[in-house]
Amino acid sequence: MSSILTTEKVVKRYQNHLAVDEVSFDMKKGTILGLLGPNGAGKTSLIRIITSITKADSGRILFDGEELTGYHPRQIGYLPEERGLYKKMKVGEQLLYLAQLKGLTKSDAKSNIHRWMEIFHMNGWWDKKIEELSKGMQQKVQFVSTIAHGPKLIILDEPFTGLDPINTNLIKSQISRLNEEGTSVIFSTHRMEQVEEICEDIVLINNGKNILEGAVDDIKQTYKDNLFRFKYEGTLPEHMLENVSVRSQNGEYLTTQMPSAREANQFMGALMNAGVIITDFKEILPTLNDIFIKKVTAKS
Amino acid sequence: MKNLWLIIQREYLTRVKKKSFILTTLLAPLAIALLMVVVGLIFSYQGDDAKDIVIIDQANMFDKKIKDQRNFFFRFSDKSLEDVIASRDNEPFDAILVIPDLPDVKAKRHTIFYYSDDQLDLDGSDALQRAIRDKLRDYKIREMELDAEQLDNLYTQVTIDPEPLTRSEDEADQSEDNPSPFTSVIGAIIGGVMGFAMYMIVFINGMMVMRSVMEEKMNRVVEVMISSVKPFYLMMGKIIGVGAVGLTQIIIWVILIPLIATGANLIFGFDSQQAVMDSAASDINPEDLELMASQVMTELRAVNWWLIVPCFIIFFFGGYIIYASLFAGVGSAIGDDLAESQALTMPLTIPVILALYIMFAALRVPNSTLAVWSSIFPLFSPIVMPARLAFNPPAWQIILSILLMIATAVFSVWISGRIYRTGILMYGKKGSFKEIWKWMTSRQ
Repeated sequence: MSSILTTEKVVKRYQNHLAVDEVSFDMKKGTILGLLGPNGAGKTSLIRIITSITKADSGRILFDGEELTGYHPRQIGYLPEERGLYKKMKVGEQLLYLAQLKGLTKSDAKSNIHRWMEIFHMNGWWDKKIEELSKGMQQKVQFVSTIAHGPKLIILDEPFTGLDPINTNLIKSQISRLNEEGTSVIFSTHRMEQVEEICEDIVLINNGKNILEGAVDDIKQTYKDNLFRFKYEGTLPEHMLENVSVRSQNGEYLTTQMPSAREANQFMGALMNAGVIITDFKEILPTLNDIFIKKVTAKS
Repeated sequence: MKNLWLIIQREYLTRVKKKSFILTTLLAPLAIALLMVVVGLIFSYQGDDAKDIVIIDQANMFDKKIKDQRNFFFRFSDKSLEDVIASRDNEPFDAILVIPDLPDVKAKRHTIFYYSDDQLDLDGSDALQRAIRDKLRDYKIREMELDAEQLDNLYTQVTIDPEPLTRSEDEADQSEDNPSPFTSVIGAIIGGVMGFAMYMIVFINGMMVMRSVMEEKMNRVVEVMISSVKPFYLMMGKIIGVGAVGLTQIIIWVILIPLIATGANLIFGFDSQQAVMDSAASDINPEDLELMASQVMTELRAVNWWLIVPCFIIFFFGGYIIYASLFAGVGSAIGDDLAESQALTMPLTIPVILALYIMFAALRVPNSTLAVWSSIFPLFSPIVMPARLAFNPPAWQIILSILLMIATAVFSVWISGRIYRTGILMYGKKGSFKEIWKWMTSRQ
């Protein structure tokens, strides 16, 4: 699979601090990448470089295999964390304007926008002024403005803040649909449960550096502590626990750390032979949240 | 380029379609016309109460002849003051004017008495004094047996006609270049109007650009915008779009104001300007007025419009671009705190206001050192030079001024572009002058 975005040793220095420090990563076409990092890690600086808002001091960025040029912003849709629209403009005018700035003809823009407005239940909003809409409604307008020009890559910075669960699901499902149709998505957030739910790959940035990248599943495998949880009925023979490292034991649950799954299985077999009924067996993988905190605090 | 055009369109259309724009553009000329009419009415107001006045000319100096004034109607009476008062019921009047005998024909002062229950207003008092003074003069001329015609001939109207000391060959036969006594007055009026117009354009539209930049920054819409277009295009689009709005307004006014003024004159059935002229020039005799008018017309024709109009347009664009771009730069540096905008706009508003005052000084002495150098210094020249244009400044000054202005316009667009592209993305950071200096010098 070819790459939609490749960064090579991208550096961005502001007056007295290094915002982006030799960040390199590769993003495959048609994937959803989680761009993670604590506040002030350099995520926004990196996004601004990718969207051509600012230039990198050094390093290379390839978009769809080509060096980033003034033409590429048209193929990117960017939803910044700091939302903003022209308050006095009408919804339709505003969306048309933004889509035309992205290179669409007026008629193409119009038909695209109408289609999206229908999907997002925004019928009849065309002549409403932005300032007449609620915050959540404005968010939907902003989301449509991000995708109306049919970009190859969309970059969403905290796209769900301020949205109610219904609209969150609506946007989530549309992100998945776009992704299934081939659109690549960069998803920047602090909400790790959303990342686990949506993203296939992540890049973790801290202090301007790329400290972790890869597929979510692989990373979890790498960072797992080989913890296994047994649910059992009956009583555990005390002597059998002497040679294993027990992490916790409460009620009907036993959590142990084992060198590998093979040992865990052997242990389970021994328990069963001893008459313990095992009703559930599970390997406990770390959450992204755990990995995030572990990595970030370890570095700093 | 297509995006620049889109931005210009949006900046222009959203403003022009605003109700407030339509209202001010259409109502301002109406307001001006209304003002002109009201001023005309006020000037032409002569007092509305006509007065019948009985003159008791005790020495019969006036020979029972005196012209009625605007609202004074005179009649003579031979009766005594008491009798006249007593006969008021039969022959009503408003006042009695008693003119005692002139003790000596050489008397420089004479007191006459005005009997009435009403106060005599200032205008009326003036008119009466003038009427009596003229009659006394006639009386003295008769008494001293002077020749009235000879006396008239004693009066010589003197006008100072400026002539150039040196003139080149081809100018010698061009009588049009010959400055007349009205040259400086006409020049001052044209210059004043143009200088003031420039001041308004620079200020109002420059501020508009600044507010618009600030609004985009505070709305956070700017981040979405510059992920689609280069900040420089966004800034230029704004400057050009707002400039076009200003230009539209001026063009509409240039067309509407004379139309409405003419319309108002037709409707109200009098010429307000004429009324102003009348009251101001009531002491000037009509022949002089005619001469003046013809001289003014010659002078207006002699004004070098082929120089002034194109130059005005060049200075309009140059001045507007210099200040609008600087205002845009400042606007981008202002954070969410409006209070700090004062401190940052100060360095821009001060030269504009200074230029206005220098412009007024330049109208009085258009070739003073102050006027010459201010009309060359690029921050002042867009306002001061148009004011000097009607006084035919030397070509080198105009050329130098324009060249410097263009260079400054290019420079200020460049420098503002650098401030702008950094400033619009700086939230919560105070745009101090030190900070702005860093933005100017930093790489993107």
